[in-house]
Amino acid sequence: MMRRANLLAGALLSGLFVLAALASFLWTPHDVTQIAVPMKLRPPSAEHWFGTDQLGRDIFSMVMVGARISIAVAIVAVGLGMIAGVPLGLAAAARRGGWLDELIMRGNDLVFAFPAILVAILITAVFGPGAVNAILAIGIFNIPVFARLTRGAALGLWTREFCMAARVAGKGAARISVEHILPNIASLLIVQGTIQFSLGILAEAGLAYVGLGAQPPTPSWGRMLAEAQTLTAIAPHIAIFPGLAIVAMVLGLNLLGDGLRDLLDPRLSRVAA
Amino acid sequence: MLRYSLTRLASLTASLLVASLVIFLVLEVVPGDPAAFMLGLEADPETVAALRRALGLDAPAPVRYLDWLGGMLRGEFGLSYTYKVPVAELIADRLWISLPLALYALALSTLIAFPAGIVAAARRGGPADLAVMGTTQLGIAIPNFWFAMILVLIFAIKLRLFSAGGFPGWGDPLAAMKALTLPAIALALPQASILARIMRSSLIETLQEDYIRTARAKGLTPAQALWRHALRNALIPVLTIIGMQFSFLIAGAIIIENVFFLPGLGRLVFQAITQRDLMVVKNVAMLLVLAITLVTFAVDLAYAAVDPRLRRR
Repeated sequence: MMRRANLLAGALLSGLFVLAALASFLWTPHDVTQIAVPMKLRPPSAEHWFGTDQLGRDIFSMVMVGARISIAVAIVAVGLGMIAGVPLGLAAAARRGGWLDELIMRGNDLVFAFPAILVAILITAVFGPGAVNAILAIGIFNIPVFARLTRGAALGLWTREFCMAARVAGKGAARISVEHILPNIASLLIVQGTIQFSLGILAEAGLAYVGLGAQPPTPSWGRMLAEAQTLTAIAPHIAIFPGLAIVAMVLGLNLLGDGLRDLLDPRLSRVAA
Repeated sequence: MLRYSLTRLASLTASLLVASLVIFLVLEVVPGDPAAFMLGLEADPETVAALRRALGLDAPAPVRYLDWLGGMLRGEFGLSYTYKVPVAELIADRLWISLPLALYALALSTLIAFPAGIVAAARRGGPADLAVMGTTQLGIAIPNFWFAMILVLIFAIKLRLFSAGGFPGWGDPLAAMKALTLPAIALALPQASILARIMRSSLIETLQEDYIRTARAKGLTPAQALWRHALRNALIPVLTIIGMQFSFLIAGAIIIENVFFLPGLGRLVFQAITQRDLMVVKNVAMLLVLAITLVTFAVDLAYAAVDPRLRRR
């Protein structure tokens, strides 16, 4: 029962933000580009549900629009990690102990030594700041996560009877990987994808906060918090709402991940605790 | 064990070499000439050329790469383009903030996580367990820099117990520790949450082992079985995670230092980026990679020392 509650709460919470992000293309309570300095730093009211920021913009509308960049960066970054990481992991498992396996695992160790923030710093040094840097930095960090996960899970499957049978039937390693291994690890990948998605949201917020993410005028949760920092003493609400949005979104995705894990494969709940 | 250590050491050296090459190549393609940048727009081309020679920038790339590597081995990291002092000095100064901050956070996270994880596992399904699981679920979801801002709002602005940022120096160790306390708490929260959950699940798994049943059958109370037998075995995966968290702490510290205006490595690297001081960026990046790799290496060795099965891999 508890499990279903996780799944439901997580799906509702993260779904709410995806809806808000999509809705923001059509409608927001106020125009986020509308600057009204006389209305600045107003506390939450019926007119401005989350209050207004230092330029008099509506914070609720900015949180809605800010969800777009967070979700977009995190999804593309996780997609990048999967597209590169899963085939690498499959290939490593298919030729276990071979030079490719060795190369991929050493490459993984190497990437693990570069935290996403460091990659973002290096990319920024070359190209200057921007949302693409954040995507690349988080995406690169995701590649070894998926490569390792795929390799580990695939190694276990290769010894199973159905893989042996496929081999005896004359199928090559690549075909077995795609036709037999991949479908069996899909649920694992979906669960990990949800978790990485939530980590991506956190990482994007952190990068935007230090100025390495999306640049103005694109509203982003992390940068809203950076701009709020010097004003928290006089107007705490401008720091509280964007932060709560991040917490709620990440919490929702984590609950969704836990719920999906229990739903799709109860055996995993022990391993991935 | 010796053979395992040597293999791991060789692969450590190889990945450090590749990492240094990656960092060098990435910063190699950065547009702009540091010498021209140092001397400003009005500089006379001949002076710029002379400075380029003095900095060794006119040498071909492979020579500069080897020079950089050789310099690092001798503890010379070159000259900062903007501060015009040796990068080694800059880093050494800043390290005295970043390293204590990371260790402080690591200590806090462990001190919080161990009791929380143990209580949750011992009273599995009870109110204490639910409280720990709920709090940690939230702790994982809170971005540490936002938590830091909230801490400042409560403890510095409203209650005036701590200062909102800055660092008084180690002249007064107590004041210095106080200045690092809020940043360390902010850094420790997500790590403590993760660690408590891993401690809990590892302990729950260990408590189901046969030797625990044997211990109980011998007449040990559940608490005795937990403290004498289960805890030690459950700690192995927890220690690995503590080692891995070091890299997250370093990465997190880069951001947290900016919230509290702490003049550590994180601030240094951000100032260096805005001032295009690539010499500083290059060396700080390499240092961080080195620190993370060394800690991972140490954890691997410790792990293999405790669990001989891991040596054959």
